[in-house]
Amino acid sequence: MNRTTLLQIGHVARRSVLRTARQPAQIVPALIFPMFLLAVNSSGLQRATSLPHFPTHSFLTFALAIPFMQGALFSVMNAGTDLARDVETGFLNRLALTPLSSASLLTGLLGGALVLGIVQAVVYLTVGVAAGASFAAGFPGVLVIVALSMLLAIGFGCIGLFVALRTGSGEAVQSMFPVFFVFLFLSSMNLPRNLIQTDWFREVATYNPVSYLIEAIRSLLIKGWDGEALALGFGIAGVIAVVAMVAASTSMRTRLVRT
Amino acid sequence: MNAHAASGVSYGGFRSAALGVAWRSVHNFLTNPTLFLPALVFPLFFFTAFAGGLSSVSRVPGFNFPTGYTAFQFVFVVLQSSAFGGVFTGFGIARDFETGFGRRFLLIARHRSAIVVGYVMAALVRACVTLTILTAVALIAGMNIDGNGVDLFGLYGLGLTVNLAAVLWSAGVALRVRSIQGGPLMQIPVFLILFMAPVYVPLGLLTGWIHAVATVNPTTALLEAGRGFIAGRPTSVVLAFAVGAGLALLFTAWARGGLRRAESAG
Repeated sequence: MNRTTLLQIGHVARRSVLRTARQPAQIVPALIFPMFLLAVNSSGLQRATSLPHFPTHSFLTFALAIPFMQGALFSVMNAGTDLARDVETGFLNRLALTPLSSASLLTGLLGGALVLGIVQAVVYLTVGVAAGASFAAGFPGVLVIVALSMLLAIGFGCIGLFVALRTGSGEAVQSMFPVFFVFLFLSSMNLPRNLIQTDWFREVATYNPVSYLIEAIRSLLIKGWDGEALALGFGIAGVIAVVAMVAASTSMRTRLVRT
Repeated sequence: MNAHAASGVSYGGFRSAALGVAWRSVHNFLTNPTLFLPALVFPLFFFTAFAGGLSSVSRVPGFNFPTGYTAFQFVFVVLQSSAFGGVFTGFGIARDFETGFGRRFLLIARHRSAIVVGYVMAALVRACVTLTILTAVALIAGMNIDGNGVDLFGLYGLGLTVNLAAVLWSAGVALRVRSIQGGPLMQIPVFLILFMAPVYVPLGLLTGWIHAVATVNPTTALLEAGRGFIAGRPTSVVLAFAVGAGLALLFTAWARGGLRRAESAG
């Protein structure tokens, strides 16, 4: 990567980060909403820890993995909505007239989502510690969680960019939220898969990749170092990131050709 | 000549204004998939996720609801979808005032409270449509009902009371803010009050701060009465309907205040 490319990425990333930082409407819900659900669910479902084979006595520790996935959903919304606005206002057309490469543009656009992803991870972990959650993998595990959060922010941010580039509409990006919410709810979010009693739900949760993303984070909180869970979590997050990035860059080329 | 006729206010005018507003709102709801589908899909989705994904919770020691976890969650989803039917109608009011349509309503209606009554009627129709489909899906999914017809009527009555309170609350906000940007203000308090109740397990099994909050949360009385209805063991019925009626009365005053604000804003 040469100096010019790095400079281009830096400019776009700076704009993306500042843009996110200047919009409390993007940051506040991404921090507050998952924490509210964590508070309500961890208290409301604490009794579920008395089920035979439940892996921990603290539902808070069990549920602390969920906000990271909700944060990833906000990455879709934030990255996608910002780019869709650029398409709608014609800013992307103006960028297309500059020597900026599409790869630099895409990488830079992820800056805001990535920074927000890190802020979210730190806030969720801090709140978790303050509320009494335990971290079986210790501080190194916390760093791994932050790394996975960053990978998720990149992957899901790319999905947002892809939708924005394909549709050029902020409304279309926003309408993706319920779709991802369905994936989240039909996962092992609230109970371990082996404790889900309803057969079809357990099947859906088993085929749902979100279950493995949650279980990777959860393994670091509850079990310690579980190679299989981590490999599955990072593997799936990596595949999502690569596929979404390829899709976004293909759409970016199409969009710029149209321009 | 009665008092209303003497004061120049006719019941016919009031009724036709209310029906006109209601018809427009219901027509928009039923013919616009972007309004109809979320209102229908979200309750079904919550019902599926909670009743399907959390059914093991019914095996928690002390959980005693013989009708089954599906029925236990069905009651919550009935109240939730009724409340959100009211809130989504509030979104419609805000949109009407944002686009200027609400002002036209204010100009043509002789009795302006008929506008709010029209939106309330529309919200009740929306709730009836959603509850019918939700019940059909729950029955197909094999939900048990131990209550009789009267009990079920009581459950739906509770749902409609919640719908009434929610639409009046949202109307009060929408008429004050007169912009769809007021959406979170309508939605978030309803979301908070609903989820700070015994959603997943009965009140007796909650611990810590959520137990303290749920104990004083009016939604708890509504949920417990609803679950009593579906189990065929009506409990706290008077309290639940008193809470529902109290909320509806309180928010009637709130919506009237909103209407006055919209009138003064012109």
